[in-house]
Amino acid sequence: MGEHHHGPAQGLTRWIFTTNHKDIGTLYLWFSFAMFILGGSFAMIIRAELFQPGMQLVRPEFFNQMTTMHGLVMVFGAIMPAFVGLANWMVPLMIGAPDMALPRMNNLSFWILPFAFAMLASTLFMDGGAPNFGWTFYAPLSTTYAPKSVTFFIFAIHIMGASSIMGSINIVATIINLRAPGMTYMKMPLFVWTWFITAFLLIAVMPVLAGAVTMMLMDIHFGTSFFSAAGGGDPVLFQHVFWFFGHPEVYIIILPGFGVVSQIIPTFARKPLFGYDSMVYATASIAFLSFIVWAHHMYTVGMPIAGELFFMYATLLIAVPTGVKVFNWITTMFRGSMTFETPMLFSIAFVFLFTVGGLSGVMLAMAPVDFQYQDTYFVVAHFHYTMVAGAIFSMSAAVYYWLPKWTGRMYSEVMGKTHFWVSFVGFNLTFFPQHFVGLAGMPRRIPDYALQFADFNMMSSIGAFIYGSSQILFLFNVIRTVTSGRKISDPKVWEGAQGLEWTVPTPAPYHTFSTPPEVK
Amino acid sequence: MADKAIAKTVGKLLVLVVAMFAFVFVVMVPLYNTLCEALGLNGKYNGKQYEVVKAKVDQSRVINVHFVATNAEGMPWEFGPVTTSIKVHPGAVNNIEYFAKNVTANDMVAQAVPSFVPSRAAQYFHKTECFCFRRQPLKAGAETKLPMQFIVDQDLPADITTITLSYALFDVTAMDKADKAVTQR
Repeated sequence: MGEHHHGPAQGLTRWIFTTNHKDIGTLYLWFSFAMFILGGSFAMIIRAELFQPGMQLVRPEFFNQMTTMHGLVMVFGAIMPAFVGLANWMVPLMIGAPDMALPRMNNLSFWILPFAFAMLASTLFMDGGAPNFGWTFYAPLSTTYAPKSVTFFIFAIHIMGASSIMGSINIVATIINLRAPGMTYMKMPLFVWTWFITAFLLIAVMPVLAGAVTMMLMDIHFGTSFFSAAGGGDPVLFQHVFWFFGHPEVYIIILPGFGVVSQIIPTFARKPLFGYDSMVYATASIAFLSFIVWAHHMYTVGMPIAGELFFMYATLLIAVPTGVKVFNWITTMFRGSMTFETPMLFSIAFVFLFTVGGLSGVMLAMAPVDFQYQDTYFVVAHFHYTMVAGAIFSMSAAVYYWLPKWTGRMYSEVMGKTHFWVSFVGFNLTFFPQHFVGLAGMPRRIPDYALQFADFNMMSSIGAFIYGSSQILFLFNVIRTVTSGRKISDPKVWEGAQGLEWTVPTPAPYHTFSTPPEVK
Repeated sequence: MADKAIAKTVGKLLVLVVAMFAFVFVVMVPLYNTLCEALGLNGKYNGKQYEVVKAKVDQSRVINVHFVATNAEGMPWEFGPVTTSIKVHPGAVNNIEYFAKNVTANDMVAQAVPSFVPSRAAQYFHKTECFCFRRQPLKAGAETKLPMQFIVDQDLPADITTITLSYALFDVTAMDKADKAVTQR
């Protein structure tokens, strides 16, 4: 029996009881896609309401719930689990480990997520409605003036935080302990490196988020006054605690994306990554800086000038390691034998659009001008350029890049490229005009707007519908690949691909690297 | 062998998780309050006892002090300064009053929370007696004068010639009831 090669169990119990990193990775990926569709449908309601000025479709209270739930579901439900799923699939394959270090905890960390989001989504049907205070849930909006459902929101955050912490501990434990012989830290693929650093960020700041919502819970139900001025507390304290979590959080969202494109660009440029070491150090510097810049989200709360200057200079400093990364990606492509398969298209678009988002970030980092940009659509445009064109585009690239390895079937390149171009056009049509309306003073999170913003908002809405529908094409392409894509068996799916994951058979068997490979 | 190493890593990481959770409560919150008090941010007054230096009234300087009042959302009382502004000399003792009227049919308790413009003036503004030091109960329909005594510090930076002190009045009736229930138990 010892030699018996056992594949996955059959039926539903396979997925419920599985401790296999590939199964759990798959679960994470499908779950995050479901959340992506849910959060996306909230966005469609927002854009439909904003299609024309005046109140058209929904009540303002419901609009507030939509902006809040869109943000929460996308950040905590779509982007973060998607990258955790990718880490589950790829980290063991990339470092030559047989599985994750803690397979049972892995199962737990996934399976509490659906409950967290069921709890969060159920608030939509409650008396008083879902959370309506924005995804940043500033006190006292989220305490004194919150709908009753806020308690469900708090517990949902607690659960998804626990899930993230467990997932991260697992990833760190895997990377530290289960690397194949010869796989030194400075030989690890960059995706592994970025996730290694991301996991540390998560372990450091998810407890801070848990602390913030715990204080909210105590203020609401147990009579404390952390954030209530009437009882000697301070609402501004909430913003400090939240952004102390929140700023590292935005790098948690983007660093794995950096890792993904650092894998893909060398493959399709057929050149090794330029400046591997500097990429590692840049990632670590960004992670470090992320802890000392949080108050740039709150320039307008009335900080002393010295505080404004400190946070401004520290924030501008982040442009340096980020610039190193962009430089390295471009230099990797320079004089490479480039081909433009779908993953490469998404990766190049990532580099280009993320840089656009980075530049608007530099503008927002300037304290004096931020007083104008604060809370306008300029901010919305900025963070969608980094999070959609950053995280979601790199995630799409990752799925196209590794899907043939996962399934042993090739996706339709025509459909993939169509998905890319429709996404690219839709995305830019949605968010580029938001820079203009933001600079002209259109506030975010408001269901109505002044007439002069009508044209740009209509463009934005049309773009959003285009971008949204392109994801249906993506879903169709993935399902078609899984069920009836062209079969392939070459371990090295892409001609220029490097790394241990391309040494295992295609499709990747249920168990890989039971005996660790030797890395030279 | 690998299991032991993994357990060790996990142990260390769990310590980090617990430490960061504790960090919020035992470091961030007190540190924030300390910093606000030290810098006079958000109306937090300095815990230090101020020693009145009577002989040193600085007659050469005149500071405009304005008084403002706002009601926090849901606070129905009539509330405002009796004196909206006075001119004072640094070092002199001044007395002013606010008034409040509980216009509702219920007994209520209120708490006033101060805030300064410019915020760095807070540390030079010493209240020797203030209604904001404690909660203010008012029976239904009752009204009262709320006295405050203050001294502007002689060390007030020369570029500050006007100080605005704003009070926000909060309804803390429920909070007060809950606290009393706890102390009586």
